[in-house]
Amino acid sequence: MVVSMDFLRPASLAEALELKAANPDAVPIAGGTDVMVELNFDKRRPAALLDLGRVPELATWRAENGRVRLGATVPYTRIVDELGDVLPGLAMAARTVGSPQIRNRAGVGGNLGSASPAGDAHPPLLATGADVEVASTRGTRTVPIGEFFLGPKRSALAADELVTAVLVPVAAGPQQFAKVGTRNAMVIAVCSFGLALDTTRRTVGTGIGSAGPVPLRAAAAEDFAAEVLPWDEPAANTLTDDTAKEFGELVAAAARPIDDVRGSAAYRRHALAVLARRTLRWAWQDVSGR
Amino acid sequence: MTDEPAPESSAHTRRTVLKSTAAAAAGTVVASHHTSVASAETAHTGGARTRVTLSVNGERHRIAIEPRVTLLDALRDRLGLTGTKKGCDRGECGACTVLADGERIKSCLTLAVMRQGAEITTVEGLTRGDDLHPVQEAFIRHDAFQCGACTPGQIMSAVACIDEGHAGSEAEIREWMSGNLCRCAAYQNIVAAVADAAEEGRR
Ligand SMILES: Cc1cc2nc3c(=O)[nH]c(=O)nc-3n(C[C@H](O)[C@H](O)[C@H](O)COP(=O)(O)OP(=O)(O)OC[C@H]3O[C@@H](n4cnc5c(N)ncnc54)[C@H](O)[C@@H]3O)c2cc1C
Ligand code: FES
Ligand code: FES
Repeated sequence: MVVSMDFLRPASLAEALELKAANPDAVPIAGGTDVMVELNFDKRRPAALLDLGRVPELATWRAENGRVRLGATVPYTRIVDELGDVLPGLAMAARTVGSPQIRNRAGVGGNLGSASPAGDAHPPLLATGADVEVASTRGTRTVPIGEFFLGPKRSALAADELVTAVLVPVAAGPQQFAKVGTRNAMVIAVCSFGLALDTTRRTVGTGIGSAGPVPLRAAAAEDFAAEVLPWDEPAANTLTDDTAKEFGELVAAAARPIDDVRGSAAYRRHALAVLARRTLRWAWQDVSGR
Repeated sequence: MTDEPAPESSAHTRRTVLKSTAAAAAGTVVASHHTSVASAETAHTGGARTRVTLSVNGERHRIAIEPRVTLLDALRDRLGLTGTKKGCDRGECGACTVLADGERIKSCLTLAVMRQGAEITTVEGLTRGDDLHPVQEAFIRHDAFQCGACTPGQIMSAVACIDEGHAGSEAEIREWMSGNLCRCAAYQNIVAAVADAAEEGRR
């Protein structure tokens, strides 16, 4: 048996992309919170690891044309501490990931790289209509988040590509995130929901986690809420129970959940309807509070 | 492996490519992939392992290890610092918590080669001479352990938790210490110890 693993450690993005092109089998490692579990339990035996921890270009964020360009390896702790104002939905989701120790290392690039339907960054990215920036030695392209996930743990990334950043629109209204799941050691959400209201364009964005083969948007729920929300009179009591209820049902209808050890499909649909209803109420309260 | 390996670029020096081979047969496999680098690294690392410099509790250690060795295993098995515990090896229990440049991380979820250049603090590095760290003293005062298996991780996590300013109330401490499990369920006393140490720090 051959046990051999190269460890590639680029010091710049250009070098990282060259190494990835020359070693398409190399597994990128950012915070390592998914990769290391696979290595420690021998679920994966990569020929090489590509350490992204020393690539400065991936570890920063900046505001750019009304969006935040969030580098792939910026850890969740920094997203919570530094981006709560401009990306509130993503910051809320980041706050629920794992534990403080996990959040000090893990980030959005790794969440996207794993492409788990349960990844907590995905619902807020869907709700805000973010783009994923990916690069290789062939060039850089952006993939709309809705087209990034192809199946459970499968994404639009080519073998020679790396996620370099996500481009997330700066919040133009209240955002919410909620998830159902045991805290702490239980890694995976039973289901989760992200919501983003844009009070200027009067639109509603949604993202559903853990209730389908990929993270999903609830387009019908978005259109319905954009249409019926009383944007001209934003007071807490103007959001009727009927509207909230129908929104919840449309979100539940968009899910494609399965039965598994964490919950039945029926339970997931029910829980999603509740999360959607609740987050809409919270968000609408914020609109009226302004 | 079916892909034809691309020729190794000369830009990828031994600083950026570390080789590891843990079986005799591996040499040939590696050589066919990155011939130039493999020979450079063989000379440099003496074969299966790679040299890693770790700075732990203020002391620099040079060790030869395989790249796949976690920081946790390097600390325990190579440096003999067995204060840091292995509970789950999958990031869930927190027994392996150490500080890297003052930040708490799980040492089972990071490779030793990735933590070169960081200043690592383990529970062995908390004392000043014969004096225990205030968090250690608080744990003793509050009897914040039973079997003790989780304690070093709890203490390292608590040091960071207080430092981050996340120990203002019992609820806050419970939330921000949630990455550290205690099978003996000594939580009540652990929270009291952290609160006490935080209070002491504010005095
Ligand atoms: C105890 C524990 C609790 C957890 N709790 C949660 C939780 O509550 N919510 C949640 O969503 N996740 C959770 N996770 C999973 C994990 O922390 C997240 O998926 C995290 O975002 C991964 O980030 P990372 O930087 O650690 O990724 P890594 O482990 O470094 O990488 C993950 C994957 O992405 C690939 N990758 C990394 N960076 C890039 C890049 N730039 N380009 C291309 N591919 C890349 C890697 O090759 C790998 O396949 C938990 C994990 C643990 C161990
Ligand atoms: S041993 Fe690292 S978290 Fe359990
Ligand atoms: S004291 Fe036994 S596990 Fe915590």
